[in-house]
Amino acid sequence: MLSEQVQGMRVTQALAGAAAGAVVDGKHDRGELTLEIDAARIAEVCRFLKSDKYERLAAVTCVDVYPMEPRFEMIYHMHSIARNERVRLKCKVGGERPEIESVFPVYRGADWYEREVFDLFGVFFRNHPNMTRILMPDDWEGHPLRKDYPVHGHKYSYSRE
Amino acid sequence: MADTAILETPSAALSRRRTMTLNMGPQHPSTHGVLRIVLDLDGEVILKAVADIGFLHTGIEKQCETKTWQQVVPLTDRVDYLSNLANNLAYVLAVERLLQIEIPPRAQYLRVMLTEISRIASHLVWLGTHALDIGAMSMFMYCFREREEILKILEMFSGQRMMTSYLRVGGVALDAPRGWEKVVGRFLDDFPGKIDMYENLLTGNPIWTLRTKGVGYMPLEDLLDWGVTGPMLRAAGLKWDIRKDEPYSGYDKFSFDVPTRTESDVFARYMVRMAELRESLKIARQALDGMPGGAFQADAPQITLPAREKMKTQMEALIYHFKIVTEGFAVPAGEAYACVESPRGELGYYVVSDGGTKPCRVHMRTPSFGNLQILGPMLENTLIADSIAALGSMDFVLGDTDR
Repeated sequence: MLSEQVQGMRVTQALAGAAAGAVVDGKHDRGELTLEIDAARIAEVCRFLKSDKYERLAAVTCVDVYPMEPRFEMIYHMHSIARNERVRLKCKVGGERPEIESVFPVYRGADWYEREVFDLFGVFFRNHPNMTRILMPDDWEGHPLRKDYPVHGHKYSYSRE
Repeated sequence: MADTAILETPSAALSRRRTMTLNMGPQHPSTHGVLRIVLDLDGEVILKAVADIGFLHTGIEKQCETKTWQQVVPLTDRVDYLSNLANNLAYVLAVERLLQIEIPPRAQYLRVMLTEISRIASHLVWLGTHALDIGAMSMFMYCFREREEILKILEMFSGQRMMTSYLRVGGVALDAPRGWEKVVGRFLDDFPGKIDMYENLLTGNPIWTLRTKGVGYMPLEDLLDWGVTGPMLRAAGLKWDIRKDEPYSGYDKFSFDVPTRTESDVFARYMVRMAELRESLKIARQALDGMPGGAFQADAPQITLPAREKMKTQMEALIYHFKIVTEGFAVPAGEAYACVESPRGELGYYVVSDGGTKPCRVHMRTPSFGNLQILGPMLENTLIADSIAALGSMDFVLGDTDR
């Protein structure tokens, strides 16, 4: 449950009014506010934050907490220049085919960040206009930043040829 | 009656096909690295530009997860190889926030001074190559001549010209070398004259202004929406600089201005960066004059390596040294995001720890990646020749983009 300190913060209160029940957890740790959002409502929350002077989506990324389930934590670094305020949104997604709503329609800057997460973690974004790999080659197998993806080793065996 | 299509000559069929697709890069000299842009052309006009990145992807973020906390610092050098100190700084700030340790003022000043000097070096590479692309050959020579002086300063401090790895979690690697004030002071004295020379060559130059004014325009709302940061935003009129708005490493103790322009074209970006050169000099000068004495590393024996002398005489120091070198230090579980104003914009490191001696996740929010997203919209309906100027004004580094 939300601590009193997190509940007292302006963003949390604004979100409680505009998107009741979307914030499922939160913490204020080392001066940084993290709010855990219901994964189904991320686009709605982002839309509200954009209207609440959060002009920028600084970055979208992901953390793999394998072997825990749900294994992927989607991270959205939101930034308001007008208020000089930052908040980090976190959504948990998991399952065989992890997927979440794209926030590209809200912040166009999410375009490449979501493609990167798809490429390196294999999280699929619904309603993204171009859900293709961005850093790895198009025919690459697997998603390198997953924790069960090896760091060493060759994809092909050269010795047999 | 014959079918008209059969009667048509090949050239007539060609002229009906209006557009042409052209591959620019990945080895095109003005893409500054390995960036591929697929251009749809109607004559000389670009209808659509799609950036294809990833040629320089080296999996640094994955590698970080296999290194100890301190071993990640040399990797961050290689992300943005033109402003490696900013990368070092963002990373160590994030880890220090997780550790909650206090950095002594001398280390903070050394960090600020060298980061500003390396910002000048980075802007010099941008200016030289940008001018070279537009045809001002001699600028390239002048800029690299001055950059050489900066690389000598960095070598003096760290032993390395480019991949300095000078910052440590808890401070800096070494104390400032003997005689550094003289060398840095001489550079800070000489450099303002050099900026005047660059401005003499370019700012009023009719060819330069014709090639840059009104080119590559983007409205501020689009820049913000696409995730652009840094000098490009300031050239569009937004007075936002992380050094001022969210001061880190003691930047609040320095007085400097945040230069802005409103035209948001290639020329405005040029003017902003030229003004930033002077502001960086101002900061470096204040750091030089006000350099505090004292320790250059935090008083945290389990994190920073002990002094050589202590190690030979004290049992405890020897044990700490052994532990740090063999297994590294543990960082309390948690997550932190630290961002700095790199020469290209917001450079943020998002670091997650599970309490162990290796990072659980290191995400680099690199400015070039965010800035390059605007490439498609910016190049639409411009001429091919102007695209070279527009690309140069974005000042991206492909190592920073692909990581």
